[in-house]
Amino acid sequence: MGLAKRIIPCLDVENGRVVKGVNFVDIRDAGDPVEVARRYNAEGADEITFLDITASHEDRDTTAEMVERIASEVFIPLTVGGGIRKLEDIRKMLNAGADKVGINTAAVFNPDFVREAAERFGSQCIVVAIDAKQVEPNADGSSRWEIFTHGGRKPTGLDAIEWAKKMVDYGAGEILLTSMDRDGTKNGFDLKLTRAISDAVNVPVIASGGVGTLQHLVDGAKEGRADAVLAASIFHFQQHTIGEAKQVMADAGLEMRL
Amino acid sequence: MKLIAVIDYGMGNLHSVAKAVEHVAEHARVEITRDANTILEADRVILPGVGAIRDCMGELCRLGLNQTVYKAIEQGQPLLGICVGMQILLSHSEENGGVDCLNQLHGKVKRFDEHMKNSQEQQLKVPHMGWNQVQQIQREDEVHPLWHNIEDQSRFYFVHSYYAEMENPADVIGRCDYGIGFDAVLARKNLAAVQFHPEKSHDAGLQLLKNFLQWDGQA
Repeated sequence: MGLAKRIIPCLDVENGRVVKGVNFVDIRDAGDPVEVARRYNAEGADEITFLDITASHEDRDTTAEMVERIASEVFIPLTVGGGIRKLEDIRKMLNAGADKVGINTAAVFNPDFVREAAERFGSQCIVVAIDAKQVEPNADGSSRWEIFTHGGRKPTGLDAIEWAKKMVDYGAGEILLTSMDRDGTKNGFDLKLTRAISDAVNVPVIASGGVGTLQHLVDGAKEGRADAVLAASIFHFQQHTIGEAKQVMADAGLEMRL
Repeated sequence: MKLIAVIDYGMGNLHSVAKAVEHVAEHARVEITRDANTILEADRVILPGVGAIRDCMGELCRLGLNQTVYKAIEQGQPLLGICVGMQILLSHSEENGGVDCLNQLHGKVKRFDEHMKNSQEQQLKVPHMGWNQVQQIQREDEVHPLWHNIEDQSRFYFVHSYYAEMENPADVIGRCDYGIGFDAVLARKNLAAVQFHPEKSHDAGLQLLKNFLQWDGQA
């Protein structure tokens, strides 16, 4: 009995289209985002996250329209991340029907943006996305991770644990934590990193980056102490359904919404 | 045609609520509105709310909608408060250093303790965010019409750092547990209120909204 761990499928969106394959040969266009969202919803997804990789400002309106179409028939929480830089961007996505927005790079360059956003729209809808990479250990030999921007290419010198704490102080209601070392590897989450951040902050932490098997999801929630686990490719290519993932997690003794 | 008024006082994602209601309401008109006449003529009234309670109360009163809510309740219109829209109906909230609310249901809104632990001695996060089970409470051996076709212990989506503690157990028809047991679903006469977001709670949430639309406010 109690609060369930969440499974969150993540979809890459460009110009209002999902662009990572969902059992389609042409992986550049995975078809109608409404259909994909509908399928995940039917399979029992606890939330859906859209990562907007749209380049131009005008195309962002197309993403907002997409969110609007999905929000009128999929009744679970929706998060939109990517390219959120101004209060106006947040308003646009929330008005379209998003429940939360993910702020990443903009937070690094202007931490006060997180504070303003939380004050204006409430912490419950502000997710701060943290991309972290393991770096040289601290003087005492303990592990250290640093924040990177630009898809993991640019170091910032910011310590990931300290940064997470600061973002929560500034009003982040949730942390989306991606290990840049693991992202795309299918070797599983960085469990040490996940646990370090989850223990350091008192808001929910979503683990991301590296899921290749359903056991990885169990490990993220159990050993990493993540409150939610996010994955993309294992669901996109229908390697596993969300229902299967939930059953495996429940069988491992985790509280799930089945 | 039935008219369902979603009260717009500038706080929260009203579109989500309106879309979910539209989805379950056949042959109904859903209006997001701050017009007192529209609200007072509506067959059902929904009071949503997201954000800090002082801002919510402030805006509601500034727009004179507190008076409209009192009148709607007095007239016997079935009214549903959601999340902060539920908390606003209570007597007082601890949030923002203490805010007096509409006092239509007698109870207090308190903050979750920052140091709560679960059974595995892990710290519980605040906000309470995600899907939790709701225990249905029967009154005089009767299940409230809001629970029609919803299994006991169904999960709903919560996002909140403050919870309700009611004075009168008879006002409580659903309880939840997060470090502490709290009052999650309230009902008294034509008033109903939920701490979770039915509009984001998949099938169980949609069923609850449907039940609210079919309920005549006589329970």
